[in-house]
Amino acid sequence: MRAYLPDYSFHRAKTLTEAFSQLEAGAKPFAGGTDIMVLLDAGALPPDNYFDILAIKELQGIRSTKKALSLGALTTYSEIRNHKLIQSNFPILCASAREVGAIAIQNRGTIGGNIANSSPAADLPPGLLVYEAQINLISKRGLRTLDYTKFHLGYKKNELQKDELIHSITLKPEFQKHHHFWRKVGSRRSQAISKTMIAALAKVNRKRIEDIRIALGSVAPTAVRCLEVETFLKGKILSPSTILEAKKILSRDLHPIDDIRSTGKYRLIVSQNMLEEFLCGIG
Amino acid sequence: MTWVGKSALRKEGDSKLRGQAKYIDDISLSGMMHGITVRSPIARGLLKKIEYLPGVNWDEFITVTAKDIPGNNYVALIKKDQPYLVDEKINHPEEPILLLAHSNKHILEKARSLIKFHIESLPPVFTLEEAIKQDPIIWGTNNTFKSYAIDRGDVESAFKDAHILLEGTYETGAQEQLYIEPNGVIAIANEKEGVTIWGSMQCPYYVHKALVPLFNLPPEKIRVVQAETGGGFGGKEEYPSVISGHAALLSWKAKRPVKIIYDRMEDMVATTKRHPSKTRIKTAFDKNHKLIALDIDFTIDGGAYATLSSVVLSRGTLHASGPYFSSNIKIRSRALATNTPPHGAFRGFGAPQSLFAIEKHMEFCARELKLDPVKFRKLNFIKHGEILGCGQLVKEKIKLNSVVEKALIESDFHKKRKAFVKTNKNSPIKKGIGLAVFMHGAGFTGSGETFLASIAAVKATPEGKIEILTSNTEIGQGTNTIFSQMAADALNIDFSDIEVVQPDTAHVPNSGPTVASRTCMIVGKLVEQASKDLKQKLISAQLLKEKYTRKEFISACKKYIKEIGELKGSSQYKAPSHIVWDEQKYQGDAYGTYAWAAYVAETSTDTRTFETTVDKFWAVQEVGKVINPLLAKGQIIGGVAQGIGYALYEEVIWKEGRMANNKMSNYIMPTTLDVPEIEVHFLELPYSYGGGGSKGLGELPLDGPSPAILNAMEHALKITLRQIPMTPEKLMAQMEEINK
Repeated sequence: MRAYLPDYSFHRAKTLTEAFSQLEAGAKPFAGGTDIMVLLDAGALPPDNYFDILAIKELQGIRSTKKALSLGALTTYSEIRNHKLIQSNFPILCASAREVGAIAIQNRGTIGGNIANSSPAADLPPGLLVYEAQINLISKRGLRTLDYTKFHLGYKKNELQKDELIHSITLKPEFQKHHHFWRKVGSRRSQAISKTMIAALAKVNRKRIEDIRIALGSVAPTAVRCLEVETFLKGKILSPSTILEAKKILSRDLHPIDDIRSTGKYRLIVSQNMLEEFLCGIG
Repeated sequence: MTWVGKSALRKEGDSKLRGQAKYIDDISLSGMMHGITVRSPIARGLLKKIEYLPGVNWDEFITVTAKDIPGNNYVALIKKDQPYLVDEKINHPEEPILLLAHSNKHILEKARSLIKFHIESLPPVFTLEEAIKQDPIIWGTNNTFKSYAIDRGDVESAFKDAHILLEGTYETGAQEQLYIEPNGVIAIANEKEGVTIWGSMQCPYYVHKALVPLFNLPPEKIRVVQAETGGGFGGKEEYPSVISGHAALLSWKAKRPVKIIYDRMEDMVATTKRHPSKTRIKTAFDKNHKLIALDIDFTIDGGAYATLSSVVLSRGTLHASGPYFSSNIKIRSRALATNTPPHGAFRGFGAPQSLFAIEKHMEFCARELKLDPVKFRKLNFIKHGEILGCGQLVKEKIKLNSVVEKALIESDFHKKRKAFVKTNKNSPIKKGIGLAVFMHGAGFTGSGETFLASIAAVKATPEGKIEILTSNTEIGQGTNTIFSQMAADALNIDFSDIEVVQPDTAHVPNSGPTVASRTCMIVGKLVEQASKDLKQKLISAQLLKEKYTRKEFISACKKYIKEIGELKGSSQYKAPSHIVWDEQKYQGDAYGTYAWAAYVAETSTDTRTFETTVDKFWAVQEVGKVINPLLAKGQIIGGVAQGIGYALYEEVIWKEGRMANNKMSNYIMPTTLDVPEIEVHFLELPYSYGGGGSKGLGELPLDGPSPAILNAMEHALKITLRQIPMTPEKLMAQMEEINK
């Protein structure tokens, strides 16, 4: 490990009240640590004060009512992939949780941590975007709710204020009649960080697209909902030329870059091809 | 019963399974300090000053720079160009400049961040092209560590007479060995006791040789002990000399034991990798498609220092013409200097690079000539009584055609080759099947074994057990087990009667390095002969008859020790008379024998994502007598997995001469989900000069997969691919190029 541990402080907050006072003192929350520990090991995590929120009951667990499903910020990837209601109503979330790191990471990593870290390569955000999730943030000031689409502001930037924690994610199970499509392209079949990934939903009635939602990850500073393509495709009957046009429009929503994992060009072309794969599958 | 040919269980398997085996980081000595290496941030320059910034109490630290070296500041191997610590000139990123030790290993990380090097930078060389231009010259007079020239027949006039000429250029990338256990050692060094090293390593006597000049001590004052070692793949052939020297220098100054263990990131960024290569091949064929001239230009990137590059180059050069015959051959090869960390030994040692080139080229020629790739290869295969590219007359019987036939039958090659063309038409996933045929010479090259003159010994204990004494290390490949099998058979006793002594230069003879499959083939033979020598002593002392039982043998040993004294047998290598090598012309019997192999890969490429997966793999090889079928099969399977990584996944990304992706999350090694079922088949033609009749086999699975896989992809995609690793990004670029 390339870090000198005595330069870091680490506390455990057992209640939200304790967590709020930690935030007030400028400490940083730790919700599983699967991103933070990588940085710490590499000596790339600046010495600071951290507090563990894993023991806070209000932020744990999945709660369901008839109208909605609420995923506490501390819900792990394993809990997501094993949950019956998520499997039947939000299969993309299960599929994407299954492709995060390895089992040990899935047992440890949390949806709140994944979202708060705001990496464009995070696996859950594209699914949350197409399911039009809502995100609930909590602070001493109370609870506030945002459309998840509004949460991410840029590379590693989000709506979370200094005194706030992610409380939960709310999902409405209204996609039983939709096609659900997920594909992640990583550098290998497991233990891979994505190069590009697509989450997509579509409801087709007599070959005509009634509803369509498309989101991609790893191809822009944040996961992106591809509204231009959606608008273009809504109401259309799919044909080879429509698909070709959709692929062209898609490139306007994406801003892929060259980095250590792939090239911008590869990300763009493969994203277009995955859109085509999705559209061919619903037509 | 005989033990050779049986899947005897690993000698050390029980203690490894129970977690009782002691790897170097499991060992702690009283008063031990921890050491770290502070390295150069840039590729080339002059070190002007080392500044120790405030933030820690520097008085608590042991610091070692080049000025503290008691002897000579070079890593003794082949040349004396590589310093242990930078004196003034920096020649690659991550070059060791300063060593720090402290009893608290965590505070060392803080100290590391408080070291500031003042460096005047110099223009670096990063590519083979820049090295050839000699602007600037960074090593010797022309940036060239070594070059070879092989000429036979008249290539120029054959090219004039040719029916057709075909040319291609092939490239291979660097590859990281990725042994499970990173490099690590513990040293005790002081003027009174000399230097003792315990460490994870392949070659204790290499470390021994390197420490003698570093400390200017007589050889008997240096002792090197191999700890249980978690894999090497060549990566622990020469590098342990560096880390051992560092730990010993710290210990010498601290007057306390010092442990250095690299973490994965340091091991990846700072230690050796497989040499990247570039090969241009020109071939001439007559109108019957017989190869009549072969012109090969083979270049490898050696990194900043000579290390083993000349030997890697030699093996690559001698394998460059593959298993094909041509009466006119011209080979030019060179190892060049660049300002990257030195490249080094890695399973296959130059041959995977040049064999990739020739096998890709033969596939390309078959396609250009519109011939079946199998028929075309068979037409040009080397035959008994013909001369290999290196000038070696094939005197032994060879089963090359049988090996190929077996691979074709097991994989259903011809049927699939036709079927995939049809099924590919309407699918975004294109399937292909490809073949690679090759050979690999085991043991040291040319007169190398004669020069090594290895010695192995066996010794009886007062309890009547037999101990094997060699410097050849168990690094996961089965040394302990196969030696025990061979000795048990040579002495006609039980496998359980044999113990293999931990390699320790104070107790074992120098039987040479654990490389190039020489452990089984060369040293195995010495173990057999030493066993016979011991047996003969018992017979001469009239304690044993020519025919005896195990019980009689054990009691004879006990009696001998009681009545006469130490009972030891030994054997020293002498070259078989059939091996003749001309070092000047670089021609002749490059290797005592060759293993021959045919590998087939079946692949799927998703044309939407450009990802290729290997769906099934067949590895067929003739390796002499198989000593331990289970271990042999395991070694082939593991090697093919490593070869799949080399072909498709493992890409070292260089930035300013430094590996930028030095983590297992971004240096992409295939996982179990990326590796298919691998079928292994052996054909056996026992080699009478090899231990138990063996030839080498460990390198084959690094030679064959990359050309077989790329040949399969070419079959699927109908394009020519000439470089590895063939990542999806590169494949996409190639496919775009063709669609233009």
